[in-house]
Amino acid sequence: MTTAPVILDRAAIDAMIGVIEGRGHRVVGPVVRSGAVVLGDLSSTADLPVGISDEQTPGRYRLTARDDEALFGYVVGPSSAKPFLHATGVPVWQGERTADGSFATRKPEAPTPVAFIGIRPCDLAAIGIQDKVFLNGYRDGVYGDRREGVFSVVVNCVEPGGTCFCTSMGTGPRASKGYDIAVTEVIDDEEHWFLAEPGSDAGQEVLAQLGAAPASDDERVRVENLLVDAADRMGRGLDTEGLPEAIKASMESPRWDEIAKRCMACANCTLVCPTCFCATVEDETDLAGLEAQRVRRWDSCFNEEFSYIHGGSLRPSTYARYRQWLTHKLSTWVDQFGEMGCVGCGRCITWCPVGIDITVEAAALAAAAKEATHV
Amino acid sequence: MQTIPESTQIDPMAPVPCKVTAQWDVTEDTFGLRLAAPAGYSFQPGQFNMLYQFGVGEVAISISGDPAYPESLVHTIRGVGAVTKSLRNLRAGDVVGMRGPFGNSWPVEQAVGHDVVLVAGGIGLAPLRPALLHVLNNRNDYGRVVLLYGTRTPRDILFQQELQEWRGRFDMDVLVAVDAAGRDWHGSVGVVTKLIGRAPFDPHNAVAMVCGPEIMMRFTGRELVTRGIQPSMVYLSMERNMKCAVGFCGHCQFGSAFVCKNGPVFTYDDIGDLLDIREV
Ligand code: SF4
Ligand code: SF4
Ligand code: FES
Repeated sequence: MTTAPVILDRAAIDAMIGVIEGRGHRVVGPVVRSGAVVLGDLSSTADLPVGISDEQTPGRYRLTARDDEALFGYVVGPSSAKPFLHATGVPVWQGERTADGSFATRKPEAPTPVAFIGIRPCDLAAIGIQDKVFLNGYRDGVYGDRREGVFSVVVNCVEPGGTCFCTSMGTGPRASKGYDIAVTEVIDDEEHWFLAEPGSDAGQEVLAQLGAAPASDDERVRVENLLVDAADRMGRGLDTEGLPEAIKASMESPRWDEIAKRCMACANCTLVCPTCFCATVEDETDLAGLEAQRVRRWDSCFNEEFSYIHGGSLRPSTYARYRQWLTHKLSTWVDQFGEMGCVGCGRCITWCPVGIDITVEAAALAAAAKEATHV
Repeated sequence: MQTIPESTQIDPMAPVPCKVTAQWDVTEDTFGLRLAAPAGYSFQPGQFNMLYQFGVGEVAISISGDPAYPESLVHTIRGVGAVTKSLRNLRAGDVVGMRGPFGNSWPVEQAVGHDVVLVAGGIGLAPLRPALLHVLNNRNDYGRVVLLYGTRTPRDILFQQELQEWRGRFDMDVLVAVDAAGRDWHGSVGVVTKLIGRAPFDPHNAVAMVCGPEIMMRFTGRELVTRGIQPSMVYLSMERNMKCAVGFCGHCQFGSAFVCKNGPVFTYDDIGDLLDIREV
């Protein structure tokens, strides 16, 4: 496999989409829907949010117009790869009554494998995190069937978003692994081109079909500088050093109560989070009681029934639910899967209706824990 | 392109149909359900199954049968929710869905050579029964054997007949306490922790296995440690909401643990601190 980067123009990106589709993928990428950039079906670059950017601050998201024709001039919106791989509202299995009074189950059919065009490095890292949840030991059928055969064209971020902190989490602004092709977009008054690097044999095969010219040293350096610059411009940060331990030591911190005064337990943060995996199941039958299926839906630790056992919810208070969420993301996830359950995408900050900021809350907890051990 | 080897194992989420071989009442709200286990099925004391009533739903139920006879798969179930109430209507010959066994187990191997102290609260006696049966099946491997059992009223006592038999044995001690009783009850009244001081065992050579409501386990764990058992020798079986039993749904988390796969059995050493914190 050669890994030499090549230079593409917009027409070549269109050709690439065609080649990938021809390999049997459902092509999915950023599109504008209801005032936000989400991932949806894509057939050409014309479907992309061309010339669009976004403004993101805690509790606020807004699309803006750019003064150029950039294809990828925005960052992540509310949707990630999660709805496509850890799909919600789909059957885990289906079954039917048999003549002898018993029943039989069958596996639902696997959908066409998705190709993500323009997925961001943080979201690619989030797929890696969910792989550890669903394909470690037991294999989850819903996830595994969708994950297998995924093709990813990651787009590195040259302009970090307002709530991003991927640099702190080691997931961006440049993807380091897990992609088939990595693209960086370069645009200014004079030029508009893309540097594309293969990350797998399949990615190499696709790029080879485009007949693109290899990147010059100058072009490679330009991209390198853009990405270093993007990392430097990251507006938010999270000091992860000693954080898992500090949060564990904060179980009885008064800070949780203080957060609970603001948090509405709406579960938005868990729904937009690309790594949150909690789900519930619903068992359904047809009216005759002959056909049944178990449908899985996303659930959230912010829902009161989430921790229900006979006798009531184990976490009736909002403080306990926020504590469960943040502690899981930044502390206990490390014990469970060897890394944090956060990629620094900033979605939970942007989409929280009251603008609660995980980086601020974690830092406050860590500072208080540090102080407590120093007295 | 990502390729993931297709696992050879059967889908852990799909229930397997099992014939009901018996259903009987245990107490007013509790019943027994015996299934013919699938070929090759075996379990460890303390493990649980997911029982599925066609189209109605699924629920985690600990196995309460004798691990020496895994083909006769006994569950003791409180009919308090929609699914468990529906399971109560099953009769011999009906079919129910089952997947399992899941979870870790009571330390019956590590307990060899030690005194064994079982402390049960309410329905918590059901998951302890396989451990006790294993110990009694291999009675010479263990030191003193004590069962402390607390429940609400004399009418809520599980396994009445068996308890009588256990009480009658010279090689084990059985102490029962109820929260409330009429004049016809001649046993202890009060919480099960009160029985710990009276129980004959050597704390320095004992292994305790505890199952009951969380608050009962918090106080029981503390009391057993106060009496001198090592915190690492006190085992507790936790209850959490469970939807998947294999670490996918997130519901059962307790601190860093997925109760379904890292538990349900934990040592007091590992979880004693968490038990003292509210709403974990
Ligand atoms: S916790 Fe927030 S910042 Fe971290 S991955 Fe989830 S949504 Fe993104
Ligand atoms: S932190 Fe914000 S988004 Fe998350 S549940 Fe609370 S109010 Fe909703
Ligand atoms: S029961 Fe689903 S993760 Fe434990």
